[in-house]
Order: sequence, then C-alpha cells, then structure tokens
Amino acid sequence: MNKFEQFPDYQVPGVQHHDFSPYESNGGSIVAIAGEDFAVIAADTRLSSGYNIHTRTQNKLFKLSENSVLGSTGCWSDTLSLTGLLKVRMQMYEHTHLKVMSTDALAQMLSITMYNRRFFPYYVSNILAGVDKDGKGVVYSYDPIGHCERATYRAGGTAGPLLQPVLDNQIGYKNQNLSQDELPKLSIDRAVAVAFDTFISAAERDIYTGDSVIINIITKDEIKSQELPLRKD
Amino acid sequence: MFRNKYDNDVTIWSPQGRLYQVEYAMEAVKQGMVTVGIKSQDYAVLVALCRAEGHTNDIQRKIMPIDSHLGMSIAGLTADAKQVCQYLRTECMSYRHTYEAAYPVSRLVTNLGNKMQPTTQRYDRRPYGVGMLIAGYDLKPHIYQVMPSANVMNCKAMAIGARSQSSRTYLERHLDSFLYSSKDEIICHGIQALRSSLGNDCGENIKITIALVGKEQTFMTLSDEECIKYLNMAQTLAKPDVQ
Repeated sequence: MNKFEQFPDYQVPGVQHHDFSPYESNGGSIVAIAGEDFAVIAADTRLSSGYNIHTRTQNKLFKLSENSVLGSTGCWSDTLSLTGLLKVRMQMYEHTHLKVMSTDALAQMLSITMYNRRFFPYYVSNILAGVDKDGKGVVYSYDPIGHCERATYRAGGTAGPLLQPVLDNQIGYKNQNLSQDELPKLSIDRAVAVAFDTFISAAERDIYTGDSVIINIITKDEIKSQELPLRKD
Repeated sequence: MFRNKYDNDVTIWSPQGRLYQVEYAMEAVKQGMVTVGIKSQDYAVLVALCRAEGHTNDIQRKIMPIDSHLGMSIAGLTADAKQVCQYLRTECMSYRHTYEAAYPVSRLVTNLGNKMQPTTQRYDRRPYGVGMLIAGYDLKPHIYQVMPSANVMNCKAMAIGARSQSSRTYLERHLDSFLYSSKDEIICHGIQALRSSLGNDCGENIKITIALVGKEQTFMTLSDEECIKYLNMAQTLAKPDVQ
C-alpha cells in the first residue's frame, strides 16, 4: 500500500489536510461622523471567532492623542500590533518635534505604515476620527493596505456595508428631496443619536456586532466617552 | 596639565595607572554648566542652569525627557548627549512596547554604562564627552550619575559641571533633610544648591530649568511660570549660611 507520505503534494481523499491561515476575523463594526467642530466615533465591544464569542467587553477605540481616536476591527492581533506600532512612532515624533502629532499627520503615517505591509497586510478595518489643527472635525477611513480617504462619515467593519447606506441617508441626506439650503447643520446630539441608532440596527442583522457600543465624542477641548447596551444574541 | 607622554591614545596607560584620555573627557564635563539632582522619599528632582551660546541662539536644552518615568540633565558635549539620549529613548520605548511596563531604572543605567565602557578601551573610539544625571522612578525614586569614564553611580544627591563643588558642599550639608522633604522643599533645595555655583555668570541669556519625577508624577519639565514660583519660594526659604 502506498502511504500518503509518499505523495506530499497529492491530495488523497479521506486524509486530513491541515491548512494554516495567519488571519482570523474577530468581527465588530465602527461608525464615525465628522461635524464642523467635533468628531464622533463609535465601535461595538464584541470580539468573536466564528460562532464563538471571545468577550463582550472589548473597547475597540484607541485614543492615540488628545485630538484623535482610532477605531480598529478585523483581526484583533493585527489591531494590537498596529496600534502598538503607532504609539511608538507617535512617541518618536514627540521627542523629535517637541509637539503632539496632528490628526492629519497621523492619518498619513497610518497610511504609510499599513502600505509597508503591502505583501502581508494588516487585516484591519481602520477609521481615524479627530479634530485637525484648526479644530474642524475629520474622519479618515482605510482599507487593509492603507488606502486613505477623508470623509464626513464612514461605517466600517463587518456591518460596514449594512450601515453605510443608513449614514448616507441620515447624515449625507442622499436620496432625500431636500434642496441645498434646507440641509441642517450637523449637531453633536444628532451625530451621537444617528451613530447609536445605526448600531442598534447593525446588532439586529449582523451576528458579529452587538453586546454594547462605546462612543467617543472628540472636540478640541476634550474627548468624552459613553457606553450603551446592545443586543447580546 | 600637560602629560603628553601617555595621553595620545585611550589604549595607553600611564605609569601611575591612569588613562589620561578618559580623564580629559571628564574635563569636558567640568566645562559644562552646572546641574543638580536630588531625591526624596517620593520624588527625584533635576535643576539645571542653561545658557545661550552667543546673543542670538536659543537657550541650550539641558534637561531631556527620556520616557514618562525617566529623564536626564547633562553637562558637557551636547552632541554626544543627544546620542546617548536617543539610545535611552529607544531602549525605553522598545521595553515598553514589548512588556507594557517601564524599564527598571537601575537596569537601564547599567546597560548604558556597559555601552559606554568600550569607548574607554578601544583604539578606534573615544569616550562620550558628557556627564549625565538621570532621574527616574520605578518603585522608588533614583538619581544616577553617569560619567565619560563609564562609571555609573547611584546618588542621594549630586551636582556636576562648572563650579559644582560648591553645590556638592551645599548638598552634603543638607543631606539628612532630603529624605523626608516635601515636593516643594526638595525643589527649593535644588535651586539653592545651584545658586551656590553661580559665580560671575549671572548675565542675561541665563535661565534655570527644573524637572521632576516621582510617585504619581510622570517626568515633567516645569513651565517658566512654575520655575519663577519656585525661585521666589527658594528665596524666602533661604537660610542665612547659604547666601
């Protein structure tokens, strides 16, 4: 009888074939909205693996400076590695330039850092929210290899495709019969309310999103934090 | 001071068993402006005298933060000091990234001493021309003195730089009061110790820098307003024998 070991590259039926994937999706979603003088970023707190839940209480928002918060979902180990690297790079910047990195500089650096791993990417969905040096709210969204796009609002993570159309309608006023001058200015309360509501909807339909949502409200003076419960199923 | 028969190379001993090149490197420290370091039960303080070179330049930065629990003040070649500072910062950052904890101060300065030692032995290198007072806090406050000879000394209080002997005399005289001093008192002691070494240098372009680290206090350089506040406080607390 020819043993399996004699045909190392030959797939024989009935034999266990083990594949190792360096990536794992730990789930989660992020929503970020920028206003004139504030930015709001929210992320759920569930970490999962397939149909199992690792934890219901993991904060996915990383406060990188007094002006910027990074929301990161996807592969959690890549998230930790990436944010650890960013912290070190920001510290080096502070030592050299004697000032804290601005949100715009950080956005660019994050893009470069992610592209450096072009051929073994960080499997992370990043959204950076903050205020720029003029105090204006900004939101930057990224793909896994660092393509950076500045936007007014963005939804990312597993429920991203589910939530983005809601934001388009509620924040961007798309597909509504409103004329240009009728568009109301975005207030912090409305941004927070829309963010929470989109998460409640996401928890309904996306199995990887739920448990609770933590929201950070960033202004040039401070970063406030709130937590609201979501469906636990 | 010319001992020119045995001072050409750091690899040459004198008949008296001295390495003149290393001693010459220590002279560079004595040329730098004075800086004082003192520790109490909860805090480690650094006070440095800074001078602008010429009338147009900015004041030289003498106190360099290294990590949130560590910083140093220097006397001697600033360029060499910057290299050492960069090394310490990289070490601390790397340790914090790997272990999510602060680099224990005694280990860090030991590694620094070990790094500096080959410069006193190899023919193709020269000693670092800078003396450093490293103030840090892990479980308790520390003041370490590091010299171009690669000697690392743990100190209760120390002063290095030009005319620092007067400061050291002040520190020796008040040594017993440091351990239980409050934060304000220890800073005032640092200022008073520094005052002893002022000499005739009190022109313009001279200022004092104060930095502090300790229990529930990350390494922080005080602002100009706070420095003035402590200068005034030290003035009122000054004992007659020091003036």
